[in-house]
Amino acid sequence: MVYLTRKAEFAASHYYNNPKFSAEENQRIFGKCNNPHGHGHNYTLEVTVKGKVNPQTGFVVDLKDLKETMNREVLDAMDHRFLNKEVPEFFDRIPTTENLAIVIWQRLEPKLKAAQLHRVRVYETPDLFADFYGEA
Amino acid sequence: MKAFLTRRYMFSASHRLQNDGMTVEENREIYGKCNNPHGHGHNYKLEVTVSGQVAQDTGMVCNLADLDGFVNREIIERFDLQNLNYMTEFSHTIPTTENLCKVIFDILHRGFRHAHLEKVRFEETMMNSFEYAGGGEVRH
Repeated sequence: MVYLTRKAEFAASHYYNNPKFSAEENQRIFGKCNNPHGHGHNYTLEVTVKGKVNPQTGFVVDLKDLKETMNREVLDAMDHRFLNKEVPEFFDRIPTTENLAIVIWQRLEPKLKAAQLHRVRVYETPDLFADFYGEA
Repeated sequence: MKAFLTRRYMFSASHRLQNDGMTVEENREIYGKCNNPHGHGHNYKLEVTVSGQVAQDTGMVCNLADLDGFVNREIIERFDLQNLNYMTEFSHTIPTTENLCKVIFDILHRGFRHAHLEKVRFEETMMNSFEYAGGGEVRH
């Protein structure tokens, strides 16, 4: 089994708010992230796939295909967007780094054919990242 | 769903690698420059990874404010700008980065209650790093 990781970057804004909480609870739990006008990050996405090396091509996966899938399923939907308002998964889910990793997994996993998705890692900043391995 | 959250921190500290049970020559042979009696320092990059179910109402494995608060209070404030050899944790332990991983893991494991501690990772310099998962396998 060989593991292959492809990186991408996207810039997006978000804010954290749970309408079931009071304004005070939202402020206490989410702090500055609760500002309703949102704030932004330069996100770095790392997608790791695994598989056997195809003896004909020497590839685990055709990087061009992986890149196009990432562009189509993730970057076109999220780059330069306000996640809460423009990405349907976040209409009723808080766009934390953890949930971003889960949503990106859910978007990519059904579209990958040649290789198996191993890990989605999302860096919100260089000092904070979330990993998702598809576990319940 | 289960996710893993990693936060990076930094502190600076000095240390000297020396085993009092060995001769001067043995210490010099094994630890080289790190045995310099006056010590030397590093900017340690610390990564703390926690895991758990992502809570539906917050979208979080744990609130970052709780993790930052604990690490700043129990680790950064205690270890930053200190000489590790003089700290109680290293009174009988050589302050290699391997041992530093275990010491920091134990502090988090004992005191941090908001999520499961998965692992601790240290970069001593840009060229070397160390990971400890409390005896379990490190997941990549």
